[in-house]
Amino acid sequence: MNYELIPLFVAIPLGSAFLVSLLGKRLKGFSDAFSNLATFSLFSLSLLSVPVIGRLRILVYKVGGWIAPIGICMVLDSLTIFMLITVNLIAFLITIYSISYMERYTAKWKFYTLFLLMLAGMNGVIVTGDMFNLFVFLEIASISSYSLVAFGVEHEELEASFKYMVMGSLASSFILLGIAILYSHTSSLNMADISRILVERGSGEILFFVSALFIMGFGLKAALVPFHAWLPDAHPSAPAPISAMLSGLLIKALGVYALARIFFNVFGMSAISSSILMVLGIASMVLGGLLALGQDDIKRLYAYSSISQIGYVFLGIGMGTNLGILAGLFHLFNHATFKSLLFLNSGSVEYATGTRDLRKMGGLSSRMPVTGYSSLVGSMSISGIPPLAGFWSKLLIILSAIEAKHFIFASIAVLISILTLAYYLRVQRLAFFGELKESMRGIREVPLPMRVSMISLSIICLFGGLLLIPAIGKNFLNLATEVLVNGNKYAQVVFGSMK
Amino acid sequence: MIYLMCLFLFCIGVYCILVKRNIIKIIVGIGIVEYAINLFFILVGYRLRGRAPILAQDQVIQNMVDPLPQALVLTAIVIGLAVTALIVAIAIRLYERYGTFDVTKIRRLRG
Amino acid sequence: MSGKLSDSNKPGMTLIVKTITRLTVGLIFLYGIYIVMHGHLSPGGGFAGGVIIALSFIHFMLAFGKDLALKKLSSGAASLFENFGALMFLTIAFLGLTGGYFFFNFISKGRPFNLFSAGIIPLCNVAICLKVGAGLFAVFVALILTEITTKRSDR
Repeated sequence: MNYELIPLFVAIPLGSAFLVSLLGKRLKGFSDAFSNLATFSLFSLSLLSVPVIGRLRILVYKVGGWIAPIGICMVLDSLTIFMLITVNLIAFLITIYSISYMERYTAKWKFYTLFLLMLAGMNGVIVTGDMFNLFVFLEIASISSYSLVAFGVEHEELEASFKYMVMGSLASSFILLGIAILYSHTSSLNMADISRILVERGSGEILFFVSALFIMGFGLKAALVPFHAWLPDAHPSAPAPISAMLSGLLIKALGVYALARIFFNVFGMSAISSSILMVLGIASMVLGGLLALGQDDIKRLYAYSSISQIGYVFLGIGMGTNLGILAGLFHLFNHATFKSLLFLNSGSVEYATGTRDLRKMGGLSSRMPVTGYSSLVGSMSISGIPPLAGFWSKLLIILSAIEAKHFIFASIAVLISILTLAYYLRVQRLAFFGELKESMRGIREVPLPMRVSMISLSIICLFGGLLLIPAIGKNFLNLATEVLVNGNKYAQVVFGSMK
Repeated sequence: MIYLMCLFLFCIGVYCILVKRNIIKIIVGIGIVEYAINLFFILVGYRLRGRAPILAQDQVIQNMVDPLPQALVLTAIVIGLAVTALIVAIAIRLYERYGTFDVTKIRRLRG
Repeated sequence: MSGKLSDSNKPGMTLIVKTITRLTVGLIFLYGIYIVMHGHLSPGGGFAGGVIIALSFIHFMLAFGKDLALKKLSSGAASLFENFGALMFLTIAFLGLTGGYFFFNFISKGRPFNLFSAGIIPLCNVAICLKVGAGLFAVFVALILTEITTKRSDR
């Protein structure tokens, strides 16, 4: 009975999206209540699956009863559970936030429909075990995010959405081309089956071409450095809960997770792909950090900072060692929490003051204490101040770089961390401390749902470091690392449990 | 040899997206790129002297081309249709706001 | 196209086009339904049939003008059909749980090559046809309505 819960991760948000679209216009308040119910049930489902995976290690579900490789299978292993908990927890908190934030826009039910569709796509990408199914869910999530970026149809949002859409569909075409070439080489679409055939038959040069195509395609979805140009326009222009969703979850679920799953479990990590990922990670770190220094728009600064932190994640995961992957995954979880918190903060600042320009703000902490203090917690966490959660993940990344004898990478990581601290302190000083400007005298604190989600996210930031203690976080982090480190043996594990 | 034709079509599409200044031409370029990739995918499934993979009553089939890429390409065509519809809608709204279809003039976001 | 909408007082196209449309639009609709119902026997199925059905409505709109076509199928009704199609698809998938798996083919399969065979596949085809047909028509209506707003605001 347990394993029939797996398709529910995709079916619940899909069903609720269409129900909200059907009934949300006619019944008042239905869309709010129903979408919050849907995301809460998804979050509790992902929590309920943790002991099941701790006992069984992997769960394979054959959709429609067709055995693989004929049918599509959904695989639930520890890495999947890790990503599912991250995605659904933050989606739930963001849905609570949007209850009051989206009052400013017309047609709230359209927002919830698109939001739930995007969530269905992301959950589908994480849960699936089939290559083309991955592409279909990737497209569902991407198309919903294109339209969500253009939600309030002003000048800049449309321009940002157009740029994002052109680049995003080009990236999806590269991914489809890679899947086509992979299919022609192995004549199978199941991930475990492809892995087994590649090991038996030997890979050859075609694997280099397919890896390059996948790095281009998924790297654009993850905003890796040569492919990052859409992010600084798209993330600030979206409404604040969508910025939090895009920056905190979409680039991770669609970009980092898919790349890690394919490169570690299907292809098997080689030295070349490992060094490419690390070099691109370092480039993202440096470029994102340097470009964030000169920004005056608070959301654009956060968007460049996202590029920088995703560079950290790629540096950790690209290293391939046990400690490196653990550090990368932990930083992925941390970045999801604190970047969403920071974007939600910028949303409440915009809700209360109506501006996003740092030079016009000042001393907001005196009038908006919840926003001010949660912003302080988020900024300290992302800069790596002990004992907050971000410190531990950055420390682990730097330690793993030293352990793998990449001393230059480690020193660059330390320098960029200091740079991160510099620009976040600037944001705090300009926006929240200092004295209140004349035009800002009349602002008030934001309504209750927004406060609740910001406080919950800052609690997770404060105590996230506890997840490293094996007693608490074993089922969560360490098992997820094991899945990636196991690499090619993924195929044997999946086939072994498919009886 | 025919795969090189697909690659040529793909390159034409990418050229349209990169070089052309009119938004509608960029959208046509995206359509050409998707077309080229769908064509490549179907050609991957060709088997020598195969026939169409459709069973009819009282018919025995010796060779068949691979039916799986055909189902996958059907899905990919639908996805391409959705993207095209969305991008055309955004292009219409862009014209409403900026008054021009020229990409180089739609440049309010910088830095 | 619908450029004549604001110039003359007769919407739509010339008399020849209207007569031919009156004759053929019902046949196109019927052909679409035929392709949907025989989706498990011959090429076609839900998506292709849905597109043809949507095209019959669009043909009607092009020939007779926006107002008359929207009386036949308003955009609210199109949105209703769309959601209903998607929910029907999900319901069929969930009902497969009675057979043990999520998308399981739980209706009896009958003899091959008959019209009523192959389990849930014809029902899925109908659901997809509703969704795609209504969806395409709604997209077309949305784009056309936006264009008319632009033209009016230019003057």
